Amino acid sequence: AGLLRHGSLGCLRRLYHGDKVATIGTKPDSNSPAYQESYDRMKALVTELKERAQKIRLGGGDKARALHTSRGKLLPRERIDRLIDPGSAFLEFSQFAGYQLYGNEEVPAGGIISGIGRVSGVECLIVANDATVKGGSYYPITVKKHLRAQEIAMQNNLPCVYLVDSGGANLPRQAEVFPDRDHFGRIFYNQARMSSQGISQIAVVMGSCTAGGAYVPAMADESIIVRKQGTIFLGGPPLVKAATGEEVSAEDLGGADLHCRKSGVTDHYALDDNHALHLARKAVRSLNYNKNLDVTVEKPEDPVFPADELYGIVGANLKKNVDVREVIARVVDGSKFDEFKALYGDTLITGFARIYGYPVGIIGNNGVLFSESAKKGTHFIQLCCQRNIPLIFLQNITGFMVGRDYEAGGIAKDGAKMVTAVACANVPKITVIIGGSYGAGNYGMCGRAYSPRFLYMWPNARISVMGGEQAATVLATIAKDQKAREGKQFSEQEEAALKEPIIRRFEEEGNPYYSSARLWDDGIIDPADTRLVLGLSLSAALNAPTQKTQFGVFRM
Amino acid sequence: LIRYASETGRSKIEKVLIANRGEIACRVMRTAKKMGVRSVAVYSEADRNTMHVSLADEAYLIGPAASQQSYLAMDKILQVAKRSGAQAIHPGYGFLSENTEFAELCKKERIIFIGPPSSAIRDMGIKSTSKAIMSAAGVPVIEGYHGEDQSDQHLKEQAGKIGYPVMIKAVRGGGGKGMRIAQCEDDFLEQLESARREAKKSFNDDVMLIEKFVQNPRHVEVQVFGDQHGNAVYLFERDCSVQRRHQKIIEEAPGPGISTEVRRKLGEAAVRAAKAVNYVGAGTVEFIMDSKHNFYFMEMNTRLQVEHPVTEMITGTDLVEWQLRVAAGERIPMTQDEITLQGHAFEARIYAEDPDNNFMPGAGPLLHLSTPLSNDFTRIETGVRQGDEVSVHYDPMIAKLVVWGEDRQAALMKLKYCLRQYNIVGLSTNIDFLLSLSGHPAFESGDVHTDFIPQHYNELFPPKKSTPREVLCQAALGLILKEKLLTKEFSIATGDPFSPFAFSNGRRINVSHTRSLSLFDGENKLELKIHYNNDGSYDIQIQDEVLNVSGELVSEGDVTYLECSVNGVMSKPKLVIVDNTIYLFSREGSAQLGIPVPRYLSDVSTTGPQGGAVAPMTGTIEKVFVKVGDNVEVGDPVMVMIAMKMEHTIRAPKPGTIKKVYFKEGEQVSRHALLVEFEDEESGSE
Repeated sequence: AGLLRHGSLGCLRRLYHGDKVATIGTKPDSNSPAYQESYDRMKALVTELKERAQKIRLGGGDKARALHTSRGKLLPRERIDRLIDPGSAFLEFSQFAGYQLYGNEEVPAGGIISGIGRVSGVECLIVANDATVKGGSYYPITVKKHLRAQEIAMQNNLPCVYLVDSGGANLPRQAEVFPDRDHFGRIFYNQARMSSQGISQIAVVMGSCTAGGAYVPAMADESIIVRKQGTIFLGGPPLVKAATGEEVSAEDLGGADLHCRKSGVTDHYALDDNHALHLARKAVRSLNYNKNLDVTVEKPEDPVFPADELYGIVGANLKKNVDVREVIARVVDGSKFDEFKALYGDTLITGFARIYGYPVGIIGNNGVLFSESAKKGTHFIQLCCQRNIPLIFLQNITGFMVGRDYEAGGIAKDGAKMVTAVACANVPKITVIIGGSYGAGNYGMCGRAYSPRFLYMWPNARISVMGGEQAATVLATIAKDQKAREGKQFSEQEEAALKEPIIRRFEEEGNPYYSSARLWDDGIIDPADTRLVLGLSLSAALNAPTQKTQFGVFRM
Repeated sequence: LIRYASETGRSKIEKVLIANRGEIACRVMRTAKKMGVRSVAVYSEADRNTMHVSLADEAYLIGPAASQQSYLAMDKILQVAKRSGAQAIHPGYGFLSENTEFAELCKKERIIFIGPPSSAIRDMGIKSTSKAIMSAAGVPVIEGYHGEDQSDQHLKEQAGKIGYPVMIKAVRGGGGKGMRIAQCEDDFLEQLESARREAKKSFNDDVMLIEKFVQNPRHVEVQVFGDQHGNAVYLFERDCSVQRRHQKIIEEAPGPGISTEVRRKLGEAAVRAAKAVNYVGAGTVEFIMDSKHNFYFMEMNTRLQVEHPVTEMITGTDLVEWQLRVAAGERIPMTQDEITLQGHAFEARIYAEDPDNNFMPGAGPLLHLSTPLSNDFTRIETGVRQGDEVSVHYDPMIAKLVVWGEDRQAALMKLKYCLRQYNIVGLSTNIDFLLSLSGHPAFESGDVHTDFIPQHYNELFPPKKSTPREVLCQAALGLILKEKLLTKEFSIATGDPFSPFAFSNGRRINVSHTRSLSLFDGENKLELKIHYNNDGSYDIQIQDEVLNVSGELVSEGDVTYLECSVNGVMSKPKLVIVDNTIYLFSREGSAQLGIPVPRYLSDVSTTGPQGGAVAPMTGTIEKVFVKVGDNVEVGDPVMVMIAMKMEHTIRAPKPGTIKKVYFKEGEQVSRHALLVEFEDEESGSE
């Protein structure tokens, strides 16, 4: 009370005239050959990304799509488009799941589409099977993507809507799908656990739900089934015939009429896909879900600089130094960045900003990590945790500094401080790999192992324990030393022959598509979309109530 | 003034009861307010929340909706007059305005009836009497012979007296049978024979009457005013020729192409007519006029006419004020010489009716109503506001749009301009028809007569053109922006006002979003593909054409405009979205596009002809022809309903089996109510 509320926007105006935060960033010399070359190379990577994504968007190919739609069914992406609030954004994850993962077998998007979209004004985690991809059956990567989606829902407190249309586990690969902890069964375990935590589970049966799959609707809080389309049974007609000799149609065995009128497995009877999605929207509206923001918001402003300048600034050459402030200037509201400890440990940039009005603490790399930088990062993470400010990591790191002086200076324990801080921080953490992600730098900058709520990669990014060149040199040095001990020569040709496949392999395995295919990240994004993706991710992350952070022991 | 009043036995009117409703009641009240006269409204149960009630200083309920029990209930109205202490009653037009008995009752109760003496009403109410009086007073009347002498020679003599061309008509005739026109004397006997033969054959009676024949006559009327001191003046003529269903829809003053000379003759004849019956107050003398501007008395209306504002506009007078002052015993405020004619005025009557369906009167809610701005040169005479209902119980006129211009052309241009800004959603109106009428070249050139609409039917009712793609884009954009606005409003209310999930930007990761949207252009279903661009614009694909569209919604007052660009062409139509219809109103015209209702929501819906049989308007079911289980073919009658005093047969829109009959005979149905439901072919398997 006593404070002037800014109209209906519900945010406090706290800026006085003199309080303007200085903008950061500079206008690049867009005519310079270096800028133009960088621009073109990044642009090419983005074009490739979009072309590949466009192909994946089509799912299982023309024939499968035609068959699917001929049955009066909507394609999975159409289902999502009609489930979410019309014209609203959809934050899709891991489009490249399964990309070139199974040799000749293509499993576009891993056969399942996941993402966050607003349904009746509620941010929901949506999982949709793509029946045009191998009948919607679960490959190992499908299971992994489904579980990752559920993990996102759990971490961010998002109601789940499952658009089910799947033949169940991929039988030839059952060993990689069925038995382990993070296999098929975990899906239902998660459903039960989430339901127990008050995270609503809604299933829409738009196709088959056979065997284990039957538990998706059966374990949901509320379920909807489409007549003459959706079926749910533990054993399908062939299995029933084999087991008991009974001959029964799929519809009579587990269709909408049976489950809505007799068995009670499903709650709502839909005439078609559109009707089912309409019912799902109504179900979400009836969740009485309230997103309570624990953070302040301010009116957003666009960055001062155009986002596509990132192409020319960053380029595709990881050896080139990039001032991360220029990246921040193209991501945050009004290009306004309150830098923290600007003069100290300047290979790590820390500071406060806002993205779409949400407060963020940004940690970005401006070179290799030294003890000072690590301590500065630790301090900054502590600040953000104390103030409940989400953390954004802009990762472009070759690693911590090596060398005798640095080891002696305790770089290991200073690096450990930062890793501890990152590991323990309970504020939402979102990581974007904008360049290299190597070695312990990956840990300190909140790599996948540190459970950021979301982790995205730019198409120019590389991730590996060290650079391919360095790894090859290390291995060549070891080989050379061994040869030397054996008194043998190690010719340049031999060295090159040893190094080449290592470099190639690191290059291949460090590639963002390789990473994304295995779900080491939540997706490859266009650098120009970074602001939007971060905004959407923050909005989603802020659905979860604040958790206090308790740090572990910082070795001093 | 006091001296003046005592001199003339002037009475005081400090409070006036308006025994009417709608626009005319409001019109009278406005002048009363201006003069400091308190106004008393009466209203029926159906009119409880109407404009005339809220405009009045006091208002009294006088009975149920039916006029017989309310606005025509003389005793109730007189009772209210006494209770409220009103010294005078203004009857408006229609209802009791030309009721001799009521005028006499008022006199008996010592309440001033604002109108002529009852004797004048009576005399003018009887056709033959009025003609005789007028003829005696030297007012030209349509000549005719109705005598018993049926000899050829006598009839021909009479025809010669009347003057050719003449109409030879069977006394028992009808429907054009036994009717002939003789253009000249040589023609007469032949036509007479022919008429007799046909009459004999058709009615077994060949008694003929002869009347002056006026081809393509014009309807010209003169506004007159009389006072209790024996004065009478004319305020020039109005032309009300263009009519449908024998009712005026567009009037103008002065009459186009009428010379000063004829104008004076008309006026003087009208004054003679008024004086012949000692006329007091506002009256109208109606004439028919032939192409040579000869005019003949038809009848006299002893009331203030609907179209009186056009006269006010060209004479700078307030005729209601005159009525009140004259009723109070004052002299007419102006002498004949002081009354001058300035410029030109039009009045267009905006009706709830369906011009495409023989102008069938309609009723219903005014879901959206926006009008041009009124000023000294543009008047909007209306008794309804947005949200009101045009009731089935009364006249379906929504408003009168009155404009004034320096000359006819200027006034007509203004009329068209203003009509385009008169936008109504919720019921069918004649606005588009008025536009094509006022834009017709023959109308523009002033070539008007009573057969205007039938004569120019094809041009006035052009076949429906399909909506241009640009307009389809606007409709789609309007819908999307409306959605966006709703999302934003919701988002602000949630306390998370800036989440990019609420931006309605259609963003997808690495791919773009294309949304399908269907719109009904009449019966025609169109598929639009809407591609969301990152710059906030949309590429809308209609068939093989792609248009780039962007824009925003702008609110001015309670009207929403769509400020938009379609392929770089900017425009700003008015946008109204009600239920499942998008309405766009621009200076270029209006468009109406339907949003298909999903099947799961339309189980008992009314869109499209495929749903079931629906009531075309509010009314009462007179007859039910089908029962559950009946098989019907397309076009089979399902029910008959009575609405707006007319019978409507509702026919089966498709073949099928009747699943449900929703109404019984005698029940009331509202517009668009589903009357019967058909068996769903698919649900048979359930």
